[in-house]
Amino acid sequence: MGEKRTVYSICGMCSVRCPIMVEVEGDRVRWISGNPHDAGMGTALCAKGIAGRALLDDTERPLSPLIRDGERGSGKWRTVSWDEALDYVAEKLKAIIDQYGGRAVLLSDRGGPFGEYRKAFLKAIGSPNYCNHDVTCAVSVNHAALSLFGFGRKTLNYDYKNAKHIVLYGRNILESIKIKTTKAVINALDRGAKLTYIDPRYSVTASKATRWWRIRPGTDYALNLALMHIIIKEGLYDKAFVSRWVHGFEHLAKFVEQYTPEWAEEETGIPAQEMYLFCREIAQDAPHVIFHPGWMRARYKQAFWESRTTYLLNVLLGAIEVPGGLFFMKGPKDAGKKGLNSIGENLPKVEEKRADGAGWKYPYINKGPGLLHRAFEAIKTGDPYPIKAYIVHRHDPLTGLPDPEAQVEIFKNLDLLVVVDVNWSETAKYADVILPECTYLERSDLIANQKGLKPGFRIRTAAIEPRYDTKPGWWIYIQLAKRLGKGEHFPYETIEDLWEKQLEGTGITVAQIQEKGFITLTDKPIWYDRMNDLPFKTESGKIEIINKKWEDAGIPCLKPYESPEKPPKGKFRLLFGRCAWQTHGMWMNNPALHPYLKENVLWINKKVAEEMGLKDGDKVIVSNGGYKKEMRIFATELIHPEAVFMLHGFGRTVPQQTRAYNRGVADQRLEVGLLDVYDPAGGANALCECFIEVKPAK
Amino acid sequence: MAKYYIYHDPTRCIGCLACEISCMDWKELPYGEANCRIFRFGPEAVFGEPDLTFMYTSCFHCEKPLCVEACPSGALAKREGDGIVVFREDLCIGCRACITACPWGIPQWNENAGKIHKCDYCADRIDQGLKPACVTRCPVDALKFVPVEEASQLKRMRWLRDTFGRQVAPAAKY
Repeated sequence: MGEKRTVYSICGMCSVRCPIMVEVEGDRVRWISGNPHDAGMGTALCAKGIAGRALLDDTERPLSPLIRDGERGSGKWRTVSWDEALDYVAEKLKAIIDQYGGRAVLLSDRGGPFGEYRKAFLKAIGSPNYCNHDVTCAVSVNHAALSLFGFGRKTLNYDYKNAKHIVLYGRNILESIKIKTTKAVINALDRGAKLTYIDPRYSVTASKATRWWRIRPGTDYALNLALMHIIIKEGLYDKAFVSRWVHGFEHLAKFVEQYTPEWAEEETGIPAQEMYLFCREIAQDAPHVIFHPGWMRARYKQAFWESRTTYLLNVLLGAIEVPGGLFFMKGPKDAGKKGLNSIGENLPKVEEKRADGAGWKYPYINKGPGLLHRAFEAIKTGDPYPIKAYIVHRHDPLTGLPDPEAQVEIFKNLDLLVVVDVNWSETAKYADVILPECTYLERSDLIANQKGLKPGFRIRTAAIEPRYDTKPGWWIYIQLAKRLGKGEHFPYETIEDLWEKQLEGTGITVAQIQEKGFITLTDKPIWYDRMNDLPFKTESGKIEIINKKWEDAGIPCLKPYESPEKPPKGKFRLLFGRCAWQTHGMWMNNPALHPYLKENVLWINKKVAEEMGLKDGDKVIVSNGGYKKEMRIFATELIHPEAVFMLHGFGRTVPQQTRAYNRGVADQRLEVGLLDVYDPAGGANALCECFIEVKPAK
Repeated sequence: MAKYYIYHDPTRCIGCLACEISCMDWKELPYGEANCRIFRFGPEAVFGEPDLTFMYTSCFHCEKPLCVEACPSGALAKREGDGIVVFREDLCIGCRACITACPWGIPQWNENAGKIHKCDYCADRIDQGLKPACVTRCPVDALKFVPVEEASQLKRMRWLRDTFGRQVAPAAKY
């Protein structure tokens, strides 16, 4: 026991980063719950968030800096001091920068609101090569938004609470949970809102839906074209909104003419009659409707157009900047207040072209998150220039990106591979140096912007001191910058120094933010005048059906539909997903979560299974390329016969993780050859463009 | 003093396991061994209709608790006033008679302690004016900690709302 304290902070068990309340007794975290000061959150917390306490106790993680003491991947490590580890990394980086320039350094992370120091570090050393994980997440959605609105996907958010009809395309909102969102959706359904859920597989979200469409995998685009066909033909769209804000509507109307519901029925397996009923029904609920454009939509080569047409359905129904629809995220400026200051002092502008081609070879690709799979191509070929150092910050490309075997081969061209992580990742196994970050409960981070109807700031504050020899990320990069002679850009020693710089001139103190873990800059929600004053950032200032950036590159914004290939006999399209108590393979080894999910199973259509002589619970061999593994099946009529499904993140190969080691099947290892298969317009990996073999195990 | 009930609303429940892990965490039980358990029926096609339903189970805190009658050491007792069937680990001799006696399979074995464990509605939290750990952290408010009289009313209103698809209120309430 010890002195009791309450710390309001931000969860770090997944990328959602929910607001939390941490109760501490002495140096011990006793309780974590949702932050009750946030009305949408309350004291709710998901299984992963609760298991944060078990993470603190988990010693099967890197607990001090490690330098490789054998071949890459040999699993032999030398425990070293922070000074030795940082000197080692800095020396290697310096040699690489001297020989190849700062641009030879690549860094990838999972994005998020606290990463400014990582981008500043790259700038300081003269590298343009920052990438986040988005190629296996929302990068195509982002580009779909950019092509229509001129801004990225995060500018628009969804008002589920007031929605009358929510439409989700595989966005498994009740299992891939964001607590505030999930709760708002459940509340809306309880109030009588409708939910249309489109997925080849019956998930928990499907189980709460008013309508579940078991769509043929990869045909969302066909469905959307037919829905727009009906909405336009029957005049169900919001004519005032469309004529005010849509530039080039006539092109869209003409284009979708050919895509009839009867045609789409053949393609998707969804009866045309149901499409008509759906359109008439949802038009009555407009504009309080949400068609979710996708979160993790890195699945098919047509992702950009799937997402783009999903956005367009919102636009047609006028569901923009309206309660119960999509709304603009507002920042401090909208509240008439000053925003946070950047932390980098006098950082030089990096003029160098990006190695992944974003912004020049691919002029329509946003330079922000880049294209990690193209950066890998640059590592492989040295074209446009050599990449010799790769810093992987709490990201695990060997789990997240497809075909880890091909990636490991590519990494052989690197002179330095550094992993900064809280946990063992598959990538950490191949690192030259591991710099262990302390957990989110032991770490304060930069103050973050909190955009929304009521913009503000939020803060992660360490609840306890680090229990092992681990350090916060911001400290690690500032130390490295200083060792590389770039300390002038980072005149900071402590997190307080950084916070002071961020808040300078805002009139807000750290204590004010820490009081509740966040602060809002306005009491009243801010709405723009939706018929007169919507800040679209396109050339025309409107929503553009035809965007020049893509067209000039030879990519049609209204692309003729291409039917996805059907799997040959004995093969299946591999789908993957998440459950509510695991995150992308991050916590397979967490002692509290592991007992609940030790191995994944293969969902397969019951009829198909019977034809193969299989029944529920039988074992099969799944294989593709050189990867082959045994697993049990779940035979059900509730999955499309062309597809099989498994949860992502299994088949761990890090022996230090004794609980998760070698348990279950790694879907990404079945995605052989997919590193170079991606959506050409949006950039996302097309992870479901993958057929695997399934055979009964003898 | 009110007698309590944990009301579970399967229409809201998403089977996310937060209740189990919340219990295990607060009570510091062996990993994977919560007092409350969440079960699922499905996913399956029932008469051709797809279905998936979750069910929360925990101690009912019976008026005549058979576990208390079976306990030879006084480790299990029905608390005065609110009637919570409480458990004192220091008095438990690990005989497991309660596991046999309880018709609902509520008492479980704690291999770390060599004793049983069971739900006590987080009596320590209740006494501080808080709610049980499972209810407090449920991400979708599918669990409610209520006076037992209220539970039946909630249940009736739930099936009425699910059946008729409309908001419902007791007739006398305006």
